[in-house]
Amino acid sequence: MIAEAGLASLWLAAALAALQLGLAAGLGGTPGRQLSSIRAVAIGQGILTVLAFASLVLLFLRSDMSVLLVAENSHSQKPWLYKFSGTWGNHEGSMLLWVMVLALAGAILALFERRLDRRTLGATLGAQAMLALGFFAFLLFASNPFERLSPAPVDGRGLNPLLQDPGLAFHPPTLYLGYVGLSVAFSIAVGGLVRRNVGPAIARAMRPWVLAAWVMLTLGITAGSYWAYYELGWGGWWFWDPVENASLMPWLAATALLHSVNVLAARGGLRAWTMMLALVAFSMSMVGTFLVRSGILTSVHSFAVDPTRGSFILALLTIYIGGALTLFAFRIATVKEGAPFEPVSREGGLVANNLLLSVILGIVFVGTLYPLLAEALSGEKLSVGPPYFDAVASPLALLLAALMVIAPQLRWRRDAAPVLPRIAPGLVVGSGVLMATIVLAPGIGLLPRLGLTLGATLVPASLQPLLNRSLRRTPLAVWGMCLAHLGVAVSMIGMASDSAFTRERLAAARPGDKIEVGPWLVEFRDITPVAGPNWTALEAELRASRGSGVVVLNPQSRFFAEPPTTTNEAAIDTSWNGQIYAVLGEQDGEGRWQLRLWWKPFVTLIWFGGCLIALGGALALIGRFFRERRPRRRGEDAFA
Amino acid sequence: MKSASRFIPLLVLLLFVGAVSWRLAVPNDEKIPSRLTGQPLPPFELQSAVEGVKGLSSRDFASGKPRLVNVFASWCVPCIAEAPLLLELQRQGVPIDAIAVRDKPVDVANFLKRHGNPFERIGSDPESQVQLALGSSGVPETFIVDGRGIIRYQHMGPIEASDLAELRQRWEQAR
Repeated sequence: MIAEAGLASLWLAAALAALQLGLAAGLGGTPGRQLSSIRAVAIGQGILTVLAFASLVLLFLRSDMSVLLVAENSHSQKPWLYKFSGTWGNHEGSMLLWVMVLALAGAILALFERRLDRRTLGATLGAQAMLALGFFAFLLFASNPFERLSPAPVDGRGLNPLLQDPGLAFHPPTLYLGYVGLSVAFSIAVGGLVRRNVGPAIARAMRPWVLAAWVMLTLGITAGSYWAYYELGWGGWWFWDPVENASLMPWLAATALLHSVNVLAARGGLRAWTMMLALVAFSMSMVGTFLVRSGILTSVHSFAVDPTRGSFILALLTIYIGGALTLFAFRIATVKEGAPFEPVSREGGLVANNLLLSVILGIVFVGTLYPLLAEALSGEKLSVGPPYFDAVASPLALLLAALMVIAPQLRWRRDAAPVLPRIAPGLVVGSGVLMATIVLAPGIGLLPRLGLTLGATLVPASLQPLLNRSLRRTPLAVWGMCLAHLGVAVSMIGMASDSAFTRERLAAARPGDKIEVGPWLVEFRDITPVAGPNWTALEAELRASRGSGVVVLNPQSRFFAEPPTTTNEAAIDTSWNGQIYAVLGEQDGEGRWQLRLWWKPFVTLIWFGGCLIALGGALALIGRFFRERRPRRRGEDAFA
Repeated sequence: MKSASRFIPLLVLLLFVGAVSWRLAVPNDEKIPSRLTGQPLPPFELQSAVEGVKGLSSRDFASGKPRLVNVFASWCVPCIAEAPLLLELQRQGVPIDAIAVRDKPVDVANFLKRHGNPFERIGSDPESQVQLALGSSGVPETFIVDGRGIIRYQHMGPIEASDLAELRQRWEQAR
């Protein structure tokens, strides 16, 4: 019964989306009454998709094996958290989650948006309905999550054990909130272009959505990176895998958009560019989803590969992105540009930021798709790996960091005052760190050295906009900016430190052996079998000592019965200055165990920085909400 | 905004859609044989790519028996996909050597640990020089070299289950 109720809600929601689109299309003449019905329909659509998703969650929690999706992806013996997260640990469920977030975003927009004029809001909700309609069709015709299975099997086929992890329970929903939040920016841009209304009001309406989506993407990427780091047991934190790139590309576009939308809101400038970025950001979310779901690129992440579904999403994204870009091409010539500015100014810095981010986005896009293009053109299959991405993207990222040192301190419009005194504290700290790395660690590579230097320069520089002003009266948005930029600095120091100072040992050891890694002496004491709720494992006992400090590490080689799979559970111990990371491998023929040990100084800063960036975004978002509710004073719209 | 540049994004989209629909439409493409097929191996001498496994030299192929050479890298995801199939070929008695491209010993060791080691010798090619001399521009690729050091067959991209029979047959023919 629950499955049928879920399916019915989904159909009804799809019908409401069609109605919403029709109403919006008919909104030419008298917008008064129609807009309120569009609003009501959008809210109804949101509620119905939540119901549909809730039914699927309930089916998973109750392990209803008469539903095909549950039987294929769940198991009655799984802990409840993984039954719950199993709802979206598969293709159909994750698409339903995607659609639910999309419809909810539309509903929230309909409920709360008051800054846009009626017609622009009508056109925006129409665009949102059109997006939703396509994805409803995709769910109903190509990936029905509620399909029944008869006869029902006794028990299910489990869930990929790699995905049985608390981190995973919240990783995809976070990313989806980000992807789909960008859909609202997309719809507002389409609405603005349709109504030929591209100005600061559009930017103000778009800004909270971009900020929220960007915070979610930042959190999602940070969590995903940490998850890959401890779960895959490879010791790395970023692999330039297509699925990772699929989340990085919208983030890069959203980061650029976040900055340009402020220029539009505050100064009325960068109109065409901001509209373009708003379209590109969500387009990248759809392209990412497509690349991941179609299985067109080989990835370490496991997803259902299905050319029919691939074609369906491809058709959808061609219509949506193609339509929006065509609209852009024909309407943008009529858009007036805002207030002029000099190259050395806040606007100039933001334009440089946008260009750099866009170039990095282009590099990741080309690198991700290059194997595909190369095969189409020359018939060769190949893989573009970290050597390409690291070599091309890192220098640009460093350049971007250098820009971050100075740009936030420039004035709007033009800035003739000398720049050097303003970045002096950063330069002092940065050159100190540069000297220190040259003297103390002469052997490290150029990129890590520059990373450490620029990161250190950026720490004081990012906080400098807070100087010389009353901290109590500083808007939260400015605090947010400083915190986010500080987060970038912290994260960069972590990345540079990881690539410069990591120590690694691969050893074949018997119980009783001692292995040295970095400052640690690791004693392999014992190996014992242990059992969990749905797995059995061999667990090593490692006693790692450094000076007087002793930690015990228990890496496991875990065996899951349903489906039969072995995973390595890394053991990680975090101290203030880094992590020691241990992985237990196979046993060789002579009774020795493969042990892989890393000492990674300050590696945790990578994710700590990521969290700071997200926190900065969240502060700015909160600040926006409070400022929106106060009557606005003229010229008060400071930059976030 | 200039009149021509506003159409650039559309062009990029068209290019993307074109490439992707081609891929969706032609899932099993024909592969283009390399010009080096039928030619002797270029001379090379590679250091060992990982502790405990010998390096690879072009002289190793003058053994009178045909061998496979797999060009791979630990950072290459399709290489993971083909690893079990290489193991299967080795189990069937096909001797396999490898060239690890732009790789580090620890990474290769970890790759072999995780995905098995079907290789007798592994040469390290840190600058891709041998890879390029072989006429291979990407990883993974697999060559069949006969007992006189002549390249008899080149397989581009990851070996899939459906390729096993053909590779095995080509190897038999190279005897």
